[in-house]
Amino acid sequence: MPDAPYALPDDVIAVQRGPEPGGLGGAYRTFGATLRGLRTTFGRLAEKPPTIEYPEEKTPVYPRFRGRHKLQRFEDSGLEKCVGCSLCVAACPAECIRVVAAENTPDNQVSAGERYAAVYEINMTRCIFCGYCEVACPFDAITMGNDYELADYERSDLIFTKEMLLAAPIEKTPLRREGE
Amino acid sequence: MGELAQAPVVETTLVQLVKAVVIFAFIIQVVPIILLLERKLLGRFQSRYGPNRVGPRGVLQPLADVFKLLSKEASTPATAVPWMMAIAPVIAIVTAVATLAIIPFGPQGAWGGDLGLYGIDVPIGLLYFFAFGSLAFYAFVLGGWASGSKYSFLGAMRSAAQLISYEVAIGLSLLGVAMMAGSLSLVDIVEAQGADGRGLWFVIPQFVGFLVFMVAGFAESSRPPFDLPESDAELVAGYNTEYGGMRFGSFFMAEYIEVLVISGVATACFLGGWHGPGPEALAPLWVVLKMFAFVLFFIWIRATLPRLRYDQLMSFGWKILLPLATLNVLVTATLLVVI
Repeated sequence: MPDAPYALPDDVIAVQRGPEPGGLGGAYRTFGATLRGLRTTFGRLAEKPPTIEYPEEKTPVYPRFRGRHKLQRFEDSGLEKCVGCSLCVAACPAECIRVVAAENTPDNQVSAGERYAAVYEINMTRCIFCGYCEVACPFDAITMGNDYELADYERSDLIFTKEMLLAAPIEKTPLRREGE
Repeated sequence: MGELAQAPVVETTLVQLVKAVVIFAFIIQVVPIILLLERKLLGRFQSRYGPNRVGPRGVLQPLADVFKLLSKEASTPATAVPWMMAIAPVIAIVTAVATLAIIPFGPQGAWGGDLGLYGIDVPIGLLYFFAFGSLAFYAFVLGGWASGSKYSFLGAMRSAAQLISYEVAIGLSLLGVAMMAGSLSLVDIVEAQGADGRGLWFVIPQFVGFLVFMVAGFAESSRPPFDLPESDAELVAGYNTEYGGMRFGSFFMAEYIEVLVISGVATACFLGGWHGPGPEALAPLWVVLKMFAFVLFFIWIRATLPRLRYDQLMSFGWKILLPLATLNVLVTATLLVVI
């Protein structure tokens, strides 16, 4: 242990410093580093960029992705699953769903239950896509789809009516396979 | 005086005019190509595609850029000196284009007759190049100062600092070439590299000079990593912050023409100019190909190196480039006398 006042105690690890910049040695090292940099960028030329060219090419969504809602029908009878119980309205934290129920009659059997939803509207400008409506629904009548391109020019166009939600969805969004 | 008296065949004014128009038209055509090339290549160097929306694969992007600039307002800040601000882009363009005149695209008579495939063959070619290269900085300094804005002013000051750090080195780097060729005329320099001369491109005997010239050339055209006058990261856009519309476009175009000029001078001085395989009529093709090789190198460097700091630039210019260039000149002079 040298007695110089600036000597480091043993438990302090001396920092390893690189060579001092500047001078001829520094110029030489800079030249080498420049060549390495040039090689690195040149290597990128041969690669295909990882860009996903969005409007033409879409990122697949995961199976549980919560996108635009869909109202379901029974596949065999074609009747609507929704019975107009308004549980989704109660569950919705953004209060964006409006349901007006009506009685089914033998002449006009719309849903499988006693009542059906005469009006079923979702205000997409307010929806936060939390999926609580899907959880609340006892008949799996409302589900979250995969579509996410919902922009429009008018606010009024973003109030989705029952017809729009029931319509067979235009599956534009690619879905990721399991485990992908 | 004897050298000057034997200046090459004087062409008629008409021929001179036609040549001037052809060279100018050629450059105007080449600038958008370089612009697109730069944006596309820069993209690929950075693992992205670059512009690909306008036209097939984005080839019409420069056209869209020009129309956008043309339709924009050329505003003048209240603190500016309007007439100075207006002439700065003109100086930039004029000095850049004027240097193009001496770039040799082919020997005299390559396309028949006495026609020399260059604007003019001035016996003081290299000095002419240095003179206009230095004048080009007036555009930056005037434009930056007359804008009456802090950012512009800082950009202008930086371009002045850059000028004094590099002008000496770039001059000395070409002195070796001038000594080997025994002439300052670019046409003579190219001919000295052909079969009639030593038949050796000066890039080999003057390799150090070539390196110094390339580094100083980047500074001369204020391209990255020496784009201190612009410094878009910290000075908004440096000297051209307050410029808009086609005035800004002129600065932009001048920068690309300057790149072409540096490429052209490097081609003539180091890469044997028009010399290449095939018949003599192909001479301009070789020049253009070599120039484009340099342009690609400019883009490659831009994609690779970060911008130097102010003090790094000056210490690099004075402590490394200048001694290196001086040493190169001394060694070349000694060898020329001894051999």
